[in-house]
Amino acid sequence: MTDIANTLTIDGRTISFEPGQTIMQAALAAGVFMPHLCYNPEFKPHGSCKLCTVTVNGRPQSACTIAAMPGQEIQSDTPELNGRRRVLLQMLFVEGHHFCPGCEKSGNCQLQALGYEMEMLSPHFSHFFPDRGVDATHPDVMIDFGRCIMCELCVQASRDVDGKNVFALAGRGLASHVVVNSPSGKLGDSALEVTDKAVEVCPVGAILRKRVGFAVPIGERIYDHDPISVKALEPDEA
Amino acid sequence: MSYLETAANPQALRRVAIDPVSRVEGHGKVTILLDDDNKVHQVRLHIVEFRGFEIFIEGRPYWEVPVAVQRLCGICPVSHHLAAVKAMDIIAGARALPPTAEKLRRLMHYGQTVQSHALHFFHLCSPDLLLGFDCDVTRRNVIGVAAEFPEIATRGVLMRKWGQEVIKATAGKKIHGTGAIPGGMNKRLTIEERDHLRKDADTMVGWAVDAINMVKKLHLTKPEFYNRFGEFEASMMGFVDARGAMDLYHGGLRAKDKDGNIIFDHVDYATYQQVLDEEVKSWSYMKFPYIRKLGPQKGWYRVGPLARVAACDFIPTPLAEAERKEMMAIEGGKVPHGTLLYHWARLIEVLFGAEMIRELLDDPDITGSDLMADLGPRQHEAVGVIEAPRGTLFHHYRVGDDDLVKYCNLIVSTTNNNQAMNEAVRKVATQFLDGKEVTEPLLNHIEVAIRAYDPCLSCATHALGKMPLEVDLVDAEGTLISQGRRNMDGLAETSCLTG
Repeated sequence: MTDIANTLTIDGRTISFEPGQTIMQAALAAGVFMPHLCYNPEFKPHGSCKLCTVTVNGRPQSACTIAAMPGQEIQSDTPELNGRRRVLLQMLFVEGHHFCPGCEKSGNCQLQALGYEMEMLSPHFSHFFPDRGVDATHPDVMIDFGRCIMCELCVQASRDVDGKNVFALAGRGLASHVVVNSPSGKLGDSALEVTDKAVEVCPVGAILRKRVGFAVPIGERIYDHDPISVKALEPDEA
Repeated sequence: MSYLETAANPQALRRVAIDPVSRVEGHGKVTILLDDDNKVHQVRLHIVEFRGFEIFIEGRPYWEVPVAVQRLCGICPVSHHLAAVKAMDIIAGARALPPTAEKLRRLMHYGQTVQSHALHFFHLCSPDLLLGFDCDVTRRNVIGVAAEFPEIATRGVLMRKWGQEVIKATAGKKIHGTGAIPGGMNKRLTIEERDHLRKDADTMVGWAVDAINMVKKLHLTKPEFYNRFGEFEASMMGFVDARGAMDLYHGGLRAKDKDGNIIFDHVDYATYQQVLDEEVKSWSYMKFPYIRKLGPQKGWYRVGPLARVAACDFIPTPLAEAERKEMMAIEGGKVPHGTLLYHWARLIEVLFGAEMIRELLDDPDITGSDLMADLGPRQHEAVGVIEAPRGTLFHHYRVGDDDLVKYCNLIVSTTNNNQAMNEAVRKVATQFLDGKEVTEPLLNHIEVAIRAYDPCLSCATHALGKMPLEVDLVDAEGTLISQGRRNMDGLAETSCLTG
């Protein structure tokens, strides 16, 4: 029996992978960008945002959850898949309040950066204009629920790194939302601290450290010079 | 109520509308009611768009406000950015700003003054002044100016560009940057950026002098026309520093009456509500501010270039001061009130701005790296005021313990000039339209008067929830049947006038 090489192809390019890697991990390690929002290499992937959907041997799969296997033929950077990603982004933009011009996360926001990457030129769909509110009761952290994309990274970070379980997802479907684990349901009564991993992990402008917005000038923000497809391949970026 | 504000019997009159008013920022219209002999009975400048920033900034964190609220405007967003951040400095508990931070803000502001005034004069108004009020409407635009006076048009474009590059170097972007943050600045000016801006400064000062000379030459051709066009006497308000000098970034409020006598002086702008109040009217989304001491009927005033040049004792840069003295002498020592003199004053401010930029760029502090003030105790209420290109701009905020804005009141430059602009169009209507067949060139005279104030109509419309409303039901003969009315407190009342 001959050894089967640990290689697969992405958009026709052959790459090697380590056994146990997901397609996403293999791709990023080989310098191939795959759009993603809920995936963060520090946390267990859960395939919820669906932006990393690729076709594996013709079948749609989440690249962040499917194991890399020898001989897989993967399509990712195709007009059809990017078109679907653009629609997903448009739906995320219209179901929340993602008004980049006034948002302190602008230039550092993965949702915004992916909007640019996927050439999203308009929201396309009607805005929901939800009234989800802001919780600024914590002295050093605030959460703008209107900007939450329910990636669940804060839930994982608080549970798995901070050991606090400050955040959880509640509700179903369109009524899904982040809730705060405290007697009043407010951030100010929770165990959250400004140094918690849960505060820094938010890929959008939902969970924010207070009083530091706009401290980094235009030109020095993460995505000011290089797009997310380049920055995501740098060692210290997700 | 002002002369020609409301006709006694509007049903019987013919309505002429200028809709939209062109070559101004934002959307507005003028309505004129004329009788069968073309006699003017009513003239109103209406602001037909609605913005409402005062309401939707509520509930947002205070450090977001200087960036978010500048989206009011694309022409002079720096004004809102800086007025808001001056208030938020206080909210954040900032002590005195380091010299570098304050000088960078001043640099940004004077860059904006130059670019905004250059845009207004060269792009929006020079077609009227250089080609004639009654020039063919298809040529009466900046393209027409470029065709006939290419050097002037080119200079206009390049002066604006230079001002915008000053903004970019200090705020990170030419439009809607983020440079000023509560307590200081987020970006230092590099030596390369300074040198890039400085190399053109002498040229820009020279071009500003040339532009003033052009206006003076124009004025000499028909001094009576330029002095009297849309002329009406009014109080003037603007910033002055402790010496009485013009300062567009920081100072005390000074108001002078029509004869140049002081109404109030060196008023701490945090107490603006003690000297100013606002009135709302049923036919405009724009509020009508007035000087409390004089009341709503007589207390309205002018702001902006003409008011500032008239209000200050001197301009602290030599070339602009020489020009100020010359302009203030044209009425034999009396205060000039002609609407078109705004253009002359505006160009004096371009010169002042260019001289200030040059001075700031030569200051070693400007490339310093100490950008943030020390912070003291948080505050809950603050007012930030700045002299925007179009006039005095007030931002007033209250912020809760949770850092979210609870209250916002904006008195925007154009709002301060609301009554003055209405007076100007009424005056011009009386001077040029009364009793004549209405033609497009004559209607352009009305627009020329509005443009002289350089109004930013989109900035100025925030009277949400405060609008008094009147609805009249009339029959086919124009007889009033019933009236519905909602007053400023939102209380409604109706009355049936016929059985």
